[in-house]
Amino acid sequence: MTLSALTRPWAAISWGFLDASAKREMRRKIVKAIALPGCQMPYASRELPMARGWGTGGLQVTLTLIRPESVVKVIDQGADDGVNAASIRRFLSRGSGARETWDTLEATIIQSRHRIPEERLRDDQVLVLQVPNPEPLRPVQPDMSVARQMHADADYGRLWLVLYEQMVRSGRILQGAAYPSLVNGRHVMTPSPIPRWDVPKLHMARHLTLLSAGREKRLFAVPPHTSLEPLVFSDVPYRVEDHAGLTCHRSDPKGVFMNEIPQDGGGSVFEASDSNLGIKAIRRAEGDPIEIGATWYQDGEFRA
Amino acid sequence: MAGAPLLTMTGISRRYGRVVALDGVEATVWPGEVLGIVGESGSGKSTLLRMMNLEDTPDSGDYRLALPDTPGNLFDLDRFARRQLCARRIGIVYQNPHLGLLMGHSSSGNVAERLLVAGERSFAALRARARTALEASEFPLTRMDDPPRQLSGGMQQRVQLAKSIALEPALLLLDEPTTGLDVSVQALVLDTLKRLQRDRAITMVIVSHDLGVIRTMADRVMVMRRGQVVEQGLVDQVFQDPQHPYTQELVHAKL
Ligand SMILES: Nc1ncnc2c1ncn2[C@@H]1O[C@H](COP(=O)(O)OP(=O)(O)O)[C@@H](O)[C@H]1O
Ligand SMILES: [Mg+2]
Repeated sequence: MTLSALTRPWAAISWGFLDASAKREMRRKIVKAIALPGCQMPYASRELPMARGWGTGGLQVTLTLIRPESVVKVIDQGADDGVNAASIRRFLSRGSGARETWDTLEATIIQSRHRIPEERLRDDQVLVLQVPNPEPLRPVQPDMSVARQMHADADYGRLWLVLYEQMVRSGRILQGAAYPSLVNGRHVMTPSPIPRWDVPKLHMARHLTLLSAGREKRLFAVPPHTSLEPLVFSDVPYRVEDHAGLTCHRSDPKGVFMNEIPQDGGGSVFEASDSNLGIKAIRRAEGDPIEIGATWYQDGEFRA
Repeated sequence: MAGAPLLTMTGISRRYGRVVALDGVEATVWPGEVLGIVGESGSGKSTLLRMMNLEDTPDSGDYRLALPDTPGNLFDLDRFARRQLCARRIGIVYQNPHLGLLMGHSSSGNVAERLLVAGERSFAALRARARTALEASEFPLTRMDDPPRQLSGGMQQRVQLAKSIALEPALLLLDEPTTGLDVSVQALVLDTLKRLQRDRAITMVIVSHDLGVIRTMADRVMVMRRGQVVEQGLVDQVFQDPQHPYTQELVHAKL
């Protein structure tokens, strides 16, 4: 009997740039994060051929989840064609054999910065959000070890205090992006710099969301069918950005989150921030048989 | 005093390194009464109050409060239960307002935070309840949204007081609440405390090295020295006819 008879023939067993032990570390932390929704899990961050602060946190999660049969979409501020989004997407596909897409419906993994797509995500899709600052308590507690104790004690009085003072001073809540939210009734997390418009999309969602910060080396999760409640007073309703009545000036979508584009003559026009949704709408209007999925917002209203 | 005590402490001892801060202290407080604690600096008064506020744990000793759902030795409670009990049932005013207040946040916000921790989520109710507590502490409402950092010492103490009574605690602890204030301001703050005590019959423990403060505020007094209680009794009795040589010294030095 020869050695080769006892072993399998050589085959590539690793993909996605990271080595097996780095992936195991990430997988463990992902499982932990899913088990404790909204709780930040520290992890050993690897060096990647990309500077920290450019999405290395999200990238490590995606590289761990990706497989040759995956279909990957990467967006930056809602757009698939930004330099950063394009280079991350290319890196992902080259290192894994996964297919690239711009279409939300087609993707199995969506890595994003600043936005959640407007088309509803399904239970076979994973959303990976790049997070610049994972600690919602940082503005009220600069000492991170004290902040961790506050999480352990579910001591979120100071976050509420900030909202109280905004109401006292301005008569409204000023917090825009990264709106602090209570996950599963236990941990307050920052949902990365997504707009308030996108926060309800995480509540009782069908898909899994993983949020990861490469510089801070922390990841956390909003598992499917898990509650996520923005911190709001019972008598001051949560308000999303006032985009329900806007229409994209290039394509037909209405009632989606818009980018404002200032014009030379003063004034401004609006453009669907989810750029692939806009592209699909234009192509469909031109007669192409394009499928547009059900959106979270219908007629500017969020539909649970 | 009739009936069951609200607070019972027995055999409380605490060392910090070689310093014996508390040495077998026993304390009892009945509902509605004001217990004064006097003693020279370093005699363990603040340490005892911190124990009553469950901020610190003794090396040995037993602490009970006769409140619903708080059975057994409170030092055996886990961290979470302690915090809940502290926030909801015990109020404290420190000599140093930095210990009790977020100096850069608004005064009303400092009070509201207490209410938020206890689960109040209506903005209108937070506003109204903070205002009520500040009013009861005779704090000038025109300044309710100014941060304590910008307020006088007397006003800072009133914010602490408002915060500590906002949830109508069963027990109010006061650690030298007027020490460091001008004499005239001190008298006004003591007036407020007396009125609150009269109107709400709050059970209080007040620590002071100033016998005058204890005489105005307290029903009973406990005299501490080197971590021990050397004498206790009704204020009039102890101050008129002190038994322990240390108390005699204290009273005569003062008079
Ligand atoms: N956290 C601590 N660490 C070390 N020593 C302490 C601590 N707290 C109190 N002590 C010591 O215990 C003694 C009693 O202090 P304290 O209760 O503050 O006295 P009082 O309030 O009567 O002036 C002092 O000798 C003090 O230095
Ligand atoms: Mg003291």
